[in-house]
Amino acid sequence: MKTFFSEIRGAIVLTIMLAVVCCGLYPLVVFGFAQVLFPGKANGSLIVDTKGVIRGSSLMGQSFTADKYFHPRPSAAGIGNGYDPTSSGGSNLGPTSKKLADSITQNISDYRAQNGLATNVMVPADAVTASASGLDPHISLRNADLQVARVAKARSLDEAKVRALIQQNTDAADLGFLGDPGVNVLKLNLALDAVK
Amino acid sequence: MHSTDWLQLAVFIGALVLITKPMGLYLGQVLDVKGRTWFDFLFKPLERLTYRLMGVDSEKEHDWKQYTFAMLMFSLVSCVFTYAVLRLQNHLPLNPQGFGPVSPDLAFNTAVSFTTNTNWQSYSGESTMSYLSQMVALVIHNFASAAVGIAIAAAIVRAIARHSGKTIGNFWVDLVRTTYYLLLPICVVFAVVLVSQGMIQNFKPYTKAKLTEPYTTQVPKLDDKGQAVMTNVVVTTQSAKLDAQGKPVLTNGVAVMVDVPTLDAKGQPVMTNVAVMVDQKIEEQTIVQGPMASQVAIKMLGTNGGGYANANAAFPFENPTPLSNFLQMLSIFSIGSGLTYYLGRMVKNQSHGWSVWTCMMVMFLGGVLLCWWAESKGNPIHQNLGVAVADGNMEGKEVRFGIFNSALFATVTTDASCGAVNSMHDSFTALGGFVPLFNIQLGEIIIGGVGAGLYGMLVFVVLAVFIAGLMVGRTPEYLGKKIQSFEIKMAMLAMLILAIDILGFAAWAAVSDWGKAGLNNAGPHGLSEMLYAFTSATGNNGSAFAGLSANTPWYNTTLAISMLIGRFLMIVPIMAMAGSLVRKKIAPPSVGTFPVSGGTFVILLLGTVLLVGALNFLPALALGPVVEHFLTLQGKLF
Amino acid sequence: MTQKSPSLFDWKIAGPAIGGSFQKLNPRLMIKNPVMFVTMVGAVLTTAGIFTAHAERGFIAQLAVWLWFTVLFANFAEAIAEGRGKAQAESLRKARKETMARRLVNGREEKVPAPSLQKNDLVVCEAGDVIPADGDVVEGIASVDEAAITGESAPVIRESGGDRSAVTGGTRVISDRIVVRITMDKGQGFLDRMIALVEGAQRQKTPNEIALTILLSALTLIFLLVCITLKPFGIYSAAEFSIPVLIALLVCLIPTTIGGLLSAIGIAGMDRVLQRNVLAMSGRAVEAAGDVDVLLLDKTGTITLGNRMATAFIPAPGVAPERLADAAQLASLADETPEGRSIVVLAKEKFNLRARDVTQVQGQFVPFTAQTRMSGVDFPGRSIRKGAAEAIRIHADKLGGAFPTAISQAVDEISSSGGTPLVVAEGKEILGVIHLKDVVKGGIKERFAHLRKMGIRTVMITGDNPLTAAAIAAEAGVDDFMAQATPEQKLQRIREEQAAGHLVAMTGDGTNDAPALAQADVGVAMNTGTQAAREAGNMVDLDSNPTKLIDIVEIGKQMLITRGALTTFSIANDIAKYFAIIPAMLMATFPAISPLNIMSLHSPTSAILSAIIFNALIIIALIPLALRGVKYTPIGALATLQRNLLIYGLGGVIIPFIGIKAIDIAITTLKLV
Repeated sequence: MKTFFSEIRGAIVLTIMLAVVCCGLYPLVVFGFAQVLFPGKANGSLIVDTKGVIRGSSLMGQSFTADKYFHPRPSAAGIGNGYDPTSSGGSNLGPTSKKLADSITQNISDYRAQNGLATNVMVPADAVTASASGLDPHISLRNADLQVARVAKARSLDEAKVRALIQQNTDAADLGFLGDPGVNVLKLNLALDAVK
Repeated sequence: MHSTDWLQLAVFIGALVLITKPMGLYLGQVLDVKGRTWFDFLFKPLERLTYRLMGVDSEKEHDWKQYTFAMLMFSLVSCVFTYAVLRLQNHLPLNPQGFGPVSPDLAFNTAVSFTTNTNWQSYSGESTMSYLSQMVALVIHNFASAAVGIAIAAAIVRAIARHSGKTIGNFWVDLVRTTYYLLLPICVVFAVVLVSQGMIQNFKPYTKAKLTEPYTTQVPKLDDKGQAVMTNVVVTTQSAKLDAQGKPVLTNGVAVMVDVPTLDAKGQPVMTNVAVMVDQKIEEQTIVQGPMASQVAIKMLGTNGGGYANANAAFPFENPTPLSNFLQMLSIFSIGSGLTYYLGRMVKNQSHGWSVWTCMMVMFLGGVLLCWWAESKGNPIHQNLGVAVADGNMEGKEVRFGIFNSALFATVTTDASCGAVNSMHDSFTALGGFVPLFNIQLGEIIIGGVGAGLYGMLVFVVLAVFIAGLMVGRTPEYLGKKIQSFEIKMAMLAMLILAIDILGFAAWAAVSDWGKAGLNNAGPHGLSEMLYAFTSATGNNGSAFAGLSANTPWYNTTLAISMLIGRFLMIVPIMAMAGSLVRKKIAPPSVGTFPVSGGTFVILLLGTVLLVGALNFLPALALGPVVEHFLTLQGKLF
Repeated sequence: MTQKSPSLFDWKIAGPAIGGSFQKLNPRLMIKNPVMFVTMVGAVLTTAGIFTAHAERGFIAQLAVWLWFTVLFANFAEAIAEGRGKAQAESLRKARKETMARRLVNGREEKVPAPSLQKNDLVVCEAGDVIPADGDVVEGIASVDEAAITGESAPVIRESGGDRSAVTGGTRVISDRIVVRITMDKGQGFLDRMIALVEGAQRQKTPNEIALTILLSALTLIFLLVCITLKPFGIYSAAEFSIPVLIALLVCLIPTTIGGLLSAIGIAGMDRVLQRNVLAMSGRAVEAAGDVDVLLLDKTGTITLGNRMATAFIPAPGVAPERLADAAQLASLADETPEGRSIVVLAKEKFNLRARDVTQVQGQFVPFTAQTRMSGVDFPGRSIRKGAAEAIRIHADKLGGAFPTAISQAVDEISSSGGTPLVVAEGKEILGVIHLKDVVKGGIKERFAHLRKMGIRTVMITGDNPLTAAAIAAEAGVDDFMAQATPEQKLQRIREEQAAGHLVAMTGDGTNDAPALAQADVGVAMNTGTQAAREAGNMVDLDSNPTKLIDIVEIGKQMLITRGALTTFSIANDIAKYFAIIPAMLMATFPAISPLNIMSLHSPTSAILSAIIFNALIIIALIPLALRGVKYTPIGALATLQRNLLIYGLGGVIIPFIGIKAIDIAITTLKLV
């Protein structure tokens, strides 16, 4: 019985100690370093326009449906067009899901129609499938490329100009080999809007 | 399977090799009460203070029963603590979103989940948990459960290394030292590095961003109590519109469709309840904020895996760049890999440590290659619809990670008992999803959860040594210690518990309404969802075929029990085995003892893991991912 | 004597074994073997299924038949092992004819039946009597024919006191009269225990066998769980798995191969021990022998022939070698000790000096005494002495003779080479030195090298001084030696070795060896030894051949290897069985799975049946291996492991693929399905 109570005491004291050290001091120390060293990133890599309005985060995708914008990937995060950071997540539909096959069928035909593609053009996978987070800020290079004509036409811009903007808003692989390159849709679209 | 992907794989393995020895050496200092570290100046006073407040004599060691008892007591107390905080979060500070109390079953599930290092999340953090709940009630376990795992592993390694003794270390000392000297310092550095990649670390309320392109969508109408307003409508089906002659009406050669009420046997229209929908204008995006980096660092390093956000490491803030992704994967493996070195060093047989490591890496590579191949090959059903074959299966994956880093992460997170995900396993191809499921079913012994991976692997080592020892004609010995019926009994008990916990619960769910109600997919994939849930819970992994709606009282309770069994009923027999091993004498090696290192041993261990550990799950897997694979090839949909 | 083992399927043994297979179906016996018990329950349920099933009755009936065969084959394996043991035991039991014993009660003899004898009874045995039970000679000396148990026709001497006092029940006194104190109650003698062991009746599981049984039982439980949960998984998948099919899967997955052969391996191992003419107290002792890594051996009688032999004559300066040899031979003519005889023989061999009769040459023999420490012969005018250097020096001094320094040197050289110098003097003149040497048994070095390869360190124990001991140790090739050892030191040495984690075997025969024999993990007492030694050890070597331990160690190792190999084989088999049965079970619901039928088995029913037939037949096929044991060659642990992993591990993966396919072709051709 004596050991029982001494162990209980140890457990309770240690729980409190760990709460103070690991849950109190530790995040504060990290908070301190983060806010001093990387204030922008620590606060969400927010994109603020010239008027001081927060337009989003460079790390978060946003919904775009108009022809003049590059379209992000389909999203399963939240209602409507998705891209709700408070309900992140994927479709979680499996390989033999009819629902998934149906939605991909729909997405493919929409994608082809929007971008004037023939029915034998294979559609980039990322353009018709939902991402894991539903907030994927990127689309693949080929996906962006296939949308260039549409966007350029809607904005009466030179396609080369649009391609240049794509180039500028492409996140290359880290250190040249880590990960896959992707085009940041929000940044690209804001850049397009900024073009006079 | 591009060449840069191969390069990434090589760099990952290379980096792991490089950190294994330093980590192992450092663990040797941390897990020795008299060990010295660079952080002594900072933490030594704190360590002494902690012991004094706890009333612990750091010099006094425990035998296996005292050690296990202390561990159970600590787990119980800290679990109750978390449960209390979750239930009372609405009365506690740091709740800027004003979340209500967590429901009893969810709080039970979550408290158990974090105590057991599982971090299964039936909830989505960003819409359920207050900052205090996230920061304190949950994060405390990210440290503590990891430290407990490492402590148990250290106790068992000591039991193997020592001889003719009784004690295997002091639980409290192991726990405190691991937390202060190992986890905290690494986490501080790691968290700041993660922030440099774009991870958030603040205490602000969620930010509202103005959408560039606002839109309107339909949402269910809610009444005052927040319940959806329902209405009774006639069920209709579409059928071709017929003209007076009974011929289909065509426009441009296509039949015109009309809604026709469905009638029941009595000719009455069938009615159903549907939610009343209203328009809602979406003008803003709510950007999640909070102390994320500090939580993510320990969630990876401690192989906890509980995400800050629902999408876990796929959530852009939680894993902003491929570099952060790489570091997170490396950190998942770092301590587990270092522990194999620690094992070799403690038992004075470094090649044994590396052999165990090699065996793990062979299985790791097998998993990565299969998963990566299956995901790059993609889904033939979708490809027939017009999805580019070269892109592979991108459903549930992020562009910045692509196929390879998603497959690698899925393998790493399930080899270890981490359970963080950067892609949705539920949407993997059948064989791609088979890999994470199978990895967990092996007992997460491929590097494994911090500590848990090593002690799980040692169970297989004991079994391998036993069978092989017989085959060389001697009473089997492991590093000079005889493996006798008690050790076999405890090892097999652990195996049996693993199998019962996974198969028993999954089978129950498969034929229960509560089980099937949560499914997001029909057909074999639905079975995989349930199997994955209980596999993940038992293995204390925490990843999921996340389509499963597990936030129901039934699932929350059964999964919590499954997690408790998978953690503590595994540890107790293993600790009993440690208690038996520490008492044994060490027989010096002779030409009659086969070496527990080298190629033969690796193959032997591999064979034991696959034959003894995995065969049990094949029939269930055959009905899940295996059958699904063949159905995918035939284009069958559910 | 090495008894020939009967051919594997001798009808005299196999016939009764078939009957025994059925008798062993008694559930109370079956429950001792959990793996086969589960199989039998499966067989019962499947048999019941024939009557309750609505369809495929023929298929279910065939399944039931083969499940019963699986159980019966396993029982047959055990029964045949027991049968062979019984045959061995029978020859032992022949020695155990019911005899009348002459019990001494208060000095009077009375005739009582041998079985009524009790411990500490005294019995009288005279020429022609059969010794009624194990005992110790307490009075007299006799020659005893032990052919009944050892097969050795030459009679042996048994006498009271000393190291040759033990007699075994069933042996016959050929000459003289002895009084024997009975040391064992009826049925407790070594022979009785051994008979029980080889017949399998009283067999206790050995520690490794217990551990293995736990492993197999746990695997059985796990697979039971796998098959039970497969039912609900099937319900979810709309795949109805029938009970007989699930039972078929279960029986294929649980380790029936090793489960069925486990006890046969143990019984056959004991049988092989007996074939080597060794009586073991328990299977545990034989198994422990397999683990031994230190062997303590008495020098005398084990490593050396037991007597010192003359090997050279070294004359003093100025003395002709022939003269020395002649004097030495004369001095030894009446010396009946082995040393003395060896001098006579050496002189004859080297200088062709024929042995003469002492009385004929009118010599007077002077025997060895502890006071003089010399022996010799006196002729008229001639006095020859031989003895230890010190004794002869004093003797020569007394007579006024000198002791040449060359002789002193020769004496020292012989001593330091481990030999014994014997100085010969005639009158006061020193003639030279005889080199007496311990002669190491032929072939012993090779035996020790063999032991070393097996991982066993040999330690020679001797009462000799360290110099002598070192020389003999080097010549015999032992790894270590213990000189001037007292019984206490022997015991101490064993304890030290054990404390260092070694398993120690010891062979011995004397009463003073008893504590050490008892302390050793494996104590092998020589049959020629004392009863005390025989009781202290856990094995008795009827041939009294100390290196017999090598055979015992090999048998112990073989038993373990066979168990390990068959376990590996059994578990590895599961892969192929999965590939046979799982596609067959799923084919009806998910035809898409047909590519998984990689053996392209004919139909689901033929696949399941083939797997279950293979599972049954493999038991029969492996009975010879189980009885014979997997061969053990001392090639080192790693090489042994690699070889067995390749044969039984990889072989266990591949063979069932071939076997099941072949059976599938056969039963399809025979239109059984």
